[in-house]
Amino acid sequence: MDFDFISKTFVRLLAALPLTLSVWFLSVVLGGFIAAGVTWMRVSGVKPLELFARAYILVFRGTPLLIQLFVVYYGLASLPAVRASFAWGFLRDAFNCAALSLALCTAAYQAEIFRGALLAVPHGQVEAARACGMSRLLLFRRVIFPIALRYALPAYSTEMISMVKATALVSLITLWDVLSVALKIRNDTLVTYLPLILAGAIYFAVNYIIGAGLLALERRLSPHLKPRLT
Amino acid sequence: MPAETPALTVDKMHKSFGQLEVLKGVSLTANDGDVISILGSSGSGKSTFLRCINLLETPDKGVVTVAGETITMRHRRDGRAEPADRRQVDRIRSELGMVFQSFNLWSHLTVLENLIEAPVHVQKRPRAECVEEARALLAKVGMSERETYYPAHLSGGQQQRAAIARALAMRPKVMLFDEPTSALDPELVGEVLRVMRALAEEGRTMLVVTHEMGFARDVSSRVMFLHHGLVEAEGPPQELFSGSTSERFRQFISKERG
Repeated sequence: MDFDFISKTFVRLLAALPLTLSVWFLSVVLGGFIAAGVTWMRVSGVKPLELFARAYILVFRGTPLLIQLFVVYYGLASLPAVRASFAWGFLRDAFNCAALSLALCTAAYQAEIFRGALLAVPHGQVEAARACGMSRLLLFRRVIFPIALRYALPAYSTEMISMVKATALVSLITLWDVLSVALKIRNDTLVTYLPLILAGAIYFAVNYIIGAGLLALERRLSPHLKPRLT
Repeated sequence: MPAETPALTVDKMHKSFGQLEVLKGVSLTANDGDVISILGSSGSGKSTFLRCINLLETPDKGVVTVAGETITMRHRRDGRAEPADRRQVDRIRSELGMVFQSFNLWSHLTVLENLIEAPVHVQKRPRAECVEEARALLAKVGMSERETYYPAHLSGGQQQRAAIARALAMRPKVMLFDEPTSALDPELVGEVLRVMRALAEEGRTMLVVTHEMGFARDVSSRVMFLHHGLVEAEGPPQELFSGSTSERFRQFISKERG
């Protein structure tokens, strides 16, 4: 075992972690906002909005993320109309394309998680709030949202972890994320497994922290689901 | 001096679900301090009637007036009725305390938080005042020890007593009870009925949809018996229970005692 090589590889991989994490963070946050909009359309009861939301979810859940990423990065760039438009300033950058593409995809999954959580809110508790004279907005803010949030968290945590792993795809559109650095070291040194295993360990550590953090949040928000200690 | 304004009047309430006409013109007047038990077999429309009063169901026809204020309705283009002013409905709902068969306490809030939720956020009263009043109400329903408990950690009877306190915390003009003891184990029914009896004795105006014949006979000031969406019999419980002119009511009470 060459500890010098291991530590050097590890340091180079860690240096790429900020890029991996920023793609993840931006896509998850942006995707969350898109998902909120899609969920709202999905449950709005307005037919055209509902159909749009269903189609959105169908397309982005039903096709490989890698294809979506290539379409955004290479496909759009090949259209003269796009290159001539103001969007080109944004889309010419691989990092922006990566964040946008991942955001569009996670939004579809998150929207379904949100919808499921909304459906799980007990109808009686909503009725009790209406019977107290809560307006629609107050009802959402004080009752529906806090209860739905607690239902959404377990599935949401899984989606966050999936997205960390999905960022590895951006190595295919010229970005120097953790995986592409590992592949580069592998090519340069002809050491086959070590860079990949170290990269895998870094993804694992990140996901462990995210999973533990969201689990802690879940426990904190749901003391009513635990047996009471008296 | 003008005549006293009734706490609640309902005039010729109609409600259909699809083809099924559940209410065919039910009227009611509740003066301050009235305790009115609404009886009827299942499907008679008694719960629907109660739910139409605070517009949890939208009545097709009929006029609801709470302490002199009439809920204004309008007709949509497809002919169905809807409230003309949502804010008026919200305000009137806050004057009607509702107690549900299945309690419906908010599961993510403690008992005390359940009690102050609407007073603080709907009525916008100072939190400290709401907490103080909530504690007094919890003492009244015998739940002082449980203010930090979540609903999931309480028995059905405790949950229902907390739910009654939650409704009272809004300082309602009228209390509506929708089969408050029907979801309870038999040994827990008594503790809830005792609380309701105490409220009746302090002069609360109450509408109680119930199957508890003892409560209807001994506590209420008036009994209304619904059958197929119409008032089949109505009057003071002494008269009705000692021999109503309605054959159906006599059959109904003999079955319920069964």
